[in-house]
Amino acid sequence: MTLETRYGVPTVAVHTDKFDRVVRSVAQVNGMPGLRQVFVPQPIMGKTPAELRAYVDGADPITGRPVMQEVIEGLTRPFEADELGPTEFDRSTPRLVPADTEDNLHRLFVENRWTDMLPIVLPTEARVAEMLRHTKRQPDEIVGRMRSTHFREHWAYSVEKVAANAVMAGARPEYFPVILALAATGVTARGSSSSAVAGMAVVNGPVRHELGMNAGTGAMGPYNHANATIGRAYGLLSQNGQGGSVPGLSYMGNQGNSYAYNSVTFAENEERSPWEPFHVQHGLRPGDSAVSVFSSVRSTAFTLGLREKHWREHVRNLLRGIDPNGPPTLLLDPIAARQFVDRGGFTKKDALLDWLHDNALMPAGEYWDYQLVQNYIYPRATFGEEPWATKLKAAPDALIPMFRREDIHVVVVGGETNGYWRIMGCNYQKTVAVDDWR
Amino acid sequence: MSALTVLNPVGFPPKVSRQTPAPRLDGLDGKTVYLVDCRFDDSDIFLSQMQAWFAQHLPRVQTVVKRISNVYLHDDPTTWEEIKARGSAAILGVGH
Repeated sequence: MTLETRYGVPTVAVHTDKFDRVVRSVAQVNGMPGLRQVFVPQPIMGKTPAELRAYVDGADPITGRPVMQEVIEGLTRPFEADELGPTEFDRSTPRLVPADTEDNLHRLFVENRWTDMLPIVLPTEARVAEMLRHTKRQPDEIVGRMRSTHFREHWAYSVEKVAANAVMAGARPEYFPVILALAATGVTARGSSSSAVAGMAVVNGPVRHELGMNAGTGAMGPYNHANATIGRAYGLLSQNGQGGSVPGLSYMGNQGNSYAYNSVTFAENEERSPWEPFHVQHGLRPGDSAVSVFSSVRSTAFTLGLREKHWREHVRNLLRGIDPNGPPTLLLDPIAARQFVDRGGFTKKDALLDWLHDNALMPAGEYWDYQLVQNYIYPRATFGEEPWATKLKAAPDALIPMFRREDIHVVVVGGETNGYWRIMGCNYQKTVAVDDWR
Repeated sequence: MSALTVLNPVGFPPKVSRQTPAPRLDGLDGKTVYLVDCRFDDSDIFLSQMQAWFAQHLPRVQTVVKRISNVYLHDDPTTWEEIKARGSAAILGVGH
């Protein structure tokens, strides 16, 4: 679209057929509903040149017309007036849903895909008003903006909209400042990536105790009301705040991700951690309350404890088990955290992060051949971005770091029923103070 | 059952204004068409095959396969300027 509108170059975009609804929708919301788009079968990845030539010679699976005929017509056939769409269209969102019975409203919320397909609490005016009592912010204040993917437009949401979603999730009103802080990150928990991502949220500081959040046994499971409903609210406010998360239209995760039900939301076990809390690492004071959000949560690796003889090799094996494009966040039970101190001498978390960076290694030839590295990191390396540009100079057999040091994180959580720990492949995004939203 | 009034939980979308596409070409003969590799999955192989199709079926059309400079998530004004200066049209692929 940039080439068409800013540079005046007639353009045709070729996509795979699974994305037809998405790309037409994106074109429409960017003001070019008639953008010339041609489709070929999915997938492109892994096909031989001969197979891809057959795509070129073949028919567009959406229209049934020859692909190249559509391409050439797309560059040469003038636009009809009705292809250009209206000069302007305003999609307002009404404050209220037309009054109806409870059963009909529940059905409507499901049909409109405003829920996560689990039962919700209907956001009546009284319930939303009770939620709003727990912040000094005005109901119409815009909290933030989100979008499900890079090419979509940002939608805005107000304090009242966040409250409606918090009610739907079953959150208690006293949780509201934490939920507002999550909304204020602007980081969606409903990304539409075909890699099927989820969000993750870590809560630090005194608010954990005020709300009775769980940092111990079962903290990441369905065993604590605040953990469960705050995380669920984060997901619902993301999908509704950004204007939807609909498979085939605004959500393309190929397998889906069950972490998305409550966005892996838990409190850090600061009291049993040998290191400073996560939010303190990111610029806040120990007495502050904060939420930290992670995106692209996909892969998980786990093990039990650290064995005296081969713990280094075992940790390296785990690190090698996650995709290089999904950097590791270690979620350590306090037993495992103390073992890292005892075995490795990592009395400071920074020392552990350094060690993880220096030991997550892979032969350069293998690294650059990963599909996601090819898609997302190799182009940055060839553009000259460091540290990838330097990595690109390594011989194929040379061992290179799989991750940037700044992308590796450690959080302590768990109830010490054992020393199990895991690695989440994900991207830390930001930390926001809760107290600003009280 | 009595009627309930509830809030709409959906956020506020931005206003959409129509964008004007570039004028189409009278034909492609003698023109240079850029085949822009978005560097996703194996789009480079696909575009090479499309380039071969042009050579076979429309040899009077010049084609240039051009990789974008960085990840497709980034704007790439250098490449767009080159296409505007040296090309007449562009085919972008392969989106997903």
